[in-house]
Amino acid sequence: MKDTTGIDRPIIALQGVEKYYGDYQALRGITADIGAGEFFSLLGPSGCGKTTLLRTIAGFEAPSAGRLSIDGRDMSRVPANRRPTNMVFQSYAIFPHLSVAENVGFGLRRSALSKEENSRRVGEALEMVGLGGYGSRAAHALSGGQRQRVALARALILKPKVLLLDEPLSALDRKLRETMQMELRKLQRQVGITFVLVTHDQEEALIMSDRIAVMFDGQIAQLDDPQTLYRRPVSRQVADFIGVMNFLPAQAEAQEGRQVAVTIPGLGRAEIDAEQVPGGLHPGQAASVGIRPETMSILFAGEETERRVAQATVEDLAYYGDMTYYTVRMRGVDAPLTISMKNLVGRPVLARGTETRVAWDARSLVLFA
Amino acid sequence: MGLRIYAVLYLIFLYAPIALLPIFAFNDGTIIAFPLRGFTTEWFRQLTEIPALHGAVLNSLIIAVSSAVIATLLGICAARAATRFVFPGKKGIMGLIMLPLVLPEIIVAVSLLVVLLQLGLPLGAWTVVLGHVLICVPFSVAILNSAFQSLDVSLEEAAIDLGETRWSSFRLITLPLVMPGIISSLLISFTISLDEFIIAFFLTGTDPTLPVYLWGQLRFPQKIPVVMALGTLLVLASVILLAVAEYVRRRGAARTGQRDTGGLM
Ligand SMILES: Nc1ncnc2c1ncn2[C@@H]1O[C@H](COP(=O)(O)OP(=O)(O)O)[C@@H](O)[C@H]1O
Ligand SMILES: [Mg+2]
Repeated sequence: MKDTTGIDRPIIALQGVEKYYGDYQALRGITADIGAGEFFSLLGPSGCGKTTLLRTIAGFEAPSAGRLSIDGRDMSRVPANRRPTNMVFQSYAIFPHLSVAENVGFGLRRSALSKEENSRRVGEALEMVGLGGYGSRAAHALSGGQRQRVALARALILKPKVLLLDEPLSALDRKLRETMQMELRKLQRQVGITFVLVTHDQEEALIMSDRIAVMFDGQIAQLDDPQTLYRRPVSRQVADFIGVMNFLPAQAEAQEGRQVAVTIPGLGRAEIDAEQVPGGLHPGQAASVGIRPETMSILFAGEETERRVAQATVEDLAYYGDMTYYTVRMRGVDAPLTISMKNLVGRPVLARGTETRVAWDARSLVLFA
Repeated sequence: MGLRIYAVLYLIFLYAPIALLPIFAFNDGTIIAFPLRGFTTEWFRQLTEIPALHGAVLNSLIIAVSSAVIATLLGICAARAATRFVFPGKKGIMGLIMLPLVLPEIIVAVSLLVVLLQLGLPLGAWTVVLGHVLICVPFSVAILNSAFQSLDVSLEEAAIDLGETRWSSFRLITLPLVMPGIISSLLISFTISLDEFIIAFFLTGTDPTLPVYLWGQLRFPQKIPVVMALGTLLVLASVILLAVAEYVRRRGAARTGQRDTGGLM
């Protein structure tokens, strides 16, 4: 049975991990469990401490405070070369003077395998990442995508308990990156090893992960599965970082039970569930509501709806082919709102200045204290 | 255009004396003057018959090899520290190491001599090595700095991550990758030490190095053609060594697909 954190058995346990570089605190108390066999992502803006945390797990940085255990073993006295983790470096760190096969087989040097066994395992590893037959190539002559695969094969050949990946896809172009996202995900299911991925790309994290830790400023702001993270962000900062969200000022008062009443200038009064206040409500504080662009819709001529309706004017639009993003201004609301509409067959694209009606639903609101 | 004329004149001025060396080394006459008198290899033959010269050559070789090895070892440590770590006073320390590059050799020589005499230490081959290491280290550091700088810092960590120790990952990864730089540094330091005169002149004891021996021979006019022959061989050896050093460095860079960061030459 899964517990409340959603994991069966923790493979990595972080407890109040802190890291100082001189006076600068890069990690401010990280507490989290990462489950065995999980695809786990560390997501956050550049400089928030993702790499530092990953390197702490790998053993390249010693935490200034806190505890780290891997597979139930305390790691404070275990050096990097004895940890059951392997890493794919951001630069890939392919050894340029060795062949592809020598790179991939590097970790086997210490296991004293026979020559045949060695080349069999190297061949298997290369096969696994789709580089069968590349063994004798010079490593420095490979393309970016191929280097990334070599780095993967090299790290996986030792069958680590945890594979650590530091922005492995950020150097690839968009098409290749999207292919690799799917491949990495497939590979992880196939080998069953825990993957810890560092990324600053929220879309990548959503696509690939079982769970995501969103980090700001050396702290985990929220740790959840992708859907919860997207639909119920605990703070405006998290909401702003994951996807697009509109924010409107609001007044809220808690009622009996699980109901919260909110008044939103321009939209009116709405009853929402306590679950829609993931960060908790602090009485007396100024609140705001968040609403995702795809949860609102433009009502085209003659369309009727059960949902609530407000009047708006199209201020601007961006046509993406499959989608149109409208910037609308609602009567009585200061800030413009973004609404995304699928370009279905027969659905027009409205011009700037068009008066229209907008439908929204109280169930899609998120309230932030 | 003006610049090109300047460059040509500069090269003539720089290399004309060196071009005269082989001309008179093969000239059949003891007087160094035009017109040439005919072709001979006599002076080269005479070179093989002077025991004092052979002693000087051996002495020079021992000193040059020792200086090259010591300077390069120190250069490896300095370059690794400079490219890998951040520490207080790094700029100042690196400046101090590079200082002999711009210091007149005579000052290095005299100050070393004063210190050694004050300490009451005997002069000999090792004092020359000491002086040569001092002037070779800046070259060694300059060459090795560029070799270490082009290395990805993650390479050694990747090796450690795959189970190697700090030392074995240095040996297996870093060392082979900077080897062209190391060879280049050895050859250049060797050449500098072999050719160096002033420090050797001041610090050598009773056994002269080759340049010091050569200088001694200049007092005897009839020996000048022999000196010319010797000089020709020295120039040839230096050019070959420097060319090999640069070739090794470039080939190493090409083999590992690194960007050529421009070495000494
Ligand atoms: N070795 C170091 N020495 C000093 N500061 C560092 C060091 N490594 C990282 N930092 C600082 O710690 C912060 C977090 O860095 P990092 O973990 O690399 O961020 P991220 O990977 O999320 O972009 C940054 O502000 C960075 O400047
Ligand atoms: Mg990073």
